[in-house]
Amino acid sequence: MSFIDVVEQYEDFDVDGFLGQVTDRDVERALAKEKMEPMDFLALLSPTAAGHLEPMAQKARRLTVQYFGRTIQLFIPLYISNYCSNQCLYCGFNRTHAIERKTLTLEEIECEAQAIASTGMQHLLLLTGESLQATPMDYLEAAVRLLKRYFASVSIEIFPLDKADYRRLKTAGADGLTLYQETYDRSVYRQVHLAGRKADYRNRLDAPERGARAGFRAVNIGPLVGLGEKRHDVFMCGLHARYLDDRFLETEIGLSLPRINPAEGGYQPAHPADDRAFVQFLLALRLFMPRSALTVSTRERAGFRDRLIHLGVTRLSAGSCTGVGGYARPAERKTAQFEISDQRSVAQVAQAIAAQGYQPVYKDWDLIA
Amino acid sequence: MENDTLTIGGLEFTSRLFTGTGKFADDRRIADMLAASGSQLITVALRRIDLGGKSHNILDFIPKSVTLLPNTSGARTAAEAVRIARIAREAGCGPFIKIEVITDTKYLMPDNYETLAATETLAREGFVVLPYVLPDLPLAKRLEDAGAAAVMPLGAPIGSNRGLETAPLIALLIENCRVPVVVDAGIGRPSHAAAAMEMGADAVLVNTAIATAEYPVAMGRAFSLAVEAGRMAYLAKMAEESRTAQASSPLTGFLDPIEDIV
Repeated sequence: MSFIDVVEQYEDFDVDGFLGQVTDRDVERALAKEKMEPMDFLALLSPTAAGHLEPMAQKARRLTVQYFGRTIQLFIPLYISNYCSNQCLYCGFNRTHAIERKTLTLEEIECEAQAIASTGMQHLLLLTGESLQATPMDYLEAAVRLLKRYFASVSIEIFPLDKADYRRLKTAGADGLTLYQETYDRSVYRQVHLAGRKADYRNRLDAPERGARAGFRAVNIGPLVGLGEKRHDVFMCGLHARYLDDRFLETEIGLSLPRINPAEGGYQPAHPADDRAFVQFLLALRLFMPRSALTVSTRERAGFRDRLIHLGVTRLSAGSCTGVGGYARPAERKTAQFEISDQRSVAQVAQAIAAQGYQPVYKDWDLIA
Repeated sequence: MENDTLTIGGLEFTSRLFTGTGKFADDRRIADMLAASGSQLITVALRRIDLGGKSHNILDFIPKSVTLLPNTSGARTAAEAVRIARIAREAGCGPFIKIEVITDTKYLMPDNYETLAATETLAREGFVVLPYVLPDLPLAKRLEDAGAAAVMPLGAPIGSNRGLETAPLIALLIENCRVPVVVDAGIGRPSHAAAAMEMGADAVLVNTAIATAEYPVAMGRAFSLAVEAGRMAYLAKMAEESRTAQASSPLTGFLDPIEDIV
């Protein structure tokens, strides 16, 4: 069994036909349930459900406070390389783009770690482009070991690995894995991933499951909203989360809905989601997966992120820089993967969270080896 | 009833409401909640404590007069729980430790086997061990033998606010354990806490229901009153329940004096 079986099952299902027939009563019935089935979730993604945002928000907030309290976990991304062997139409790291390429040395990573740690951040997300040549396993392993000296928790967002390599990084101290499928639509996936290992849809689709099998405590997934038909992608992402949650009791499944931001290459999303649709999707995910972490990155605007705190979000990145080496040397920020929208510092984001009546949590987890 | 104190690990508690530090919108409210609830013991997850001191320290908000019960939340094996307990003691959190070994993220059920193993090790090392468990009488007796200072059965899954779903099993523990029985997890309302105390529980531990209430300080006070009422009712020895009505003034009561004369 693999999630590919679920993908194939729904390729024959008329999602649009279903969405078009959802009634107000269907939405209300879904909202009244304690545990939602896939069709309840799909009903909440329908245009009809857009007229029920307030009751959805009220229930989403109630469930989130019950399971997570009034707390928001903070994390910060660290890009250590932007070399990439792929040709993804929407990404600033696309190998055909004439950007300045860089892979940090371990010494440079340490400088970055020191700069980040001085902000109080304890949860770090380590990112690379997808290039096994530029960032081989030995290098990644050394980077994780080094960063564990500075941070309570190190997660990775890198190219898909096999189970043995995931286990190597877990043994080195990484405890979380983030991997976005980008789009669950296989035909769109082929169209936007022109070359490189990332063009292998199935390899990417099964990677979160391999990560869970390798023992990562947290696995975070999501679509890149805008690539494929957005309701389809959010629906499949929810099913993917439920699939993993049902099989790996020891793994915390998290979700995120990154929206496409301007990047080198000027890709224009075929299916953009406006704020209202984005909120609806976020709420539907929260109601379908009440105990899952929901992350919102600095791709979203500051004021909008503050409002999302009340709508089921449990994790925010803060003080982010998507350039390689940009924390210790702000001049390096020109190598960014995409433009960030919330430019506030860690302290400013923490302050904004507190102003919303929530507690910013710098340290929520510690892997004691 | 006046000198009704609870002794655990050599310490006497006049309040039988234990509380927790998780899920508060602001850690500074913890001290206010403690004052309002009268709670004298509070649990804190070691994983939330910033031992490096870079961000604010949750321990700064807990008065010295309140006993700290560090917990091993996050541990998935006995070995991890033991390591966390040792770190907590070295960090100056005292000898109390709540063993919490959980492997599933869906229902957050305690792993009784690993919990027993951790209790055996830590009790030998002189810790005051309070294990969080599924209510299972044979296990509770083995925990006692291993040196547990109390047992902490769950009323319902953590954070679920469902109340005493495991009441019949907890009742067996209350009836048969020599160590105090502290009902932990699932208590969502003051009435649940009162019911646990009426059953004869020695104490209850409440976190989510207080921390996520709209007014946590007032809710802390409400729980304090409920625990006190439930305990008093238990000590007052409640009347038996019956399926049929029992008249307050029995219809045949007039016969008694006659019998006396005869």
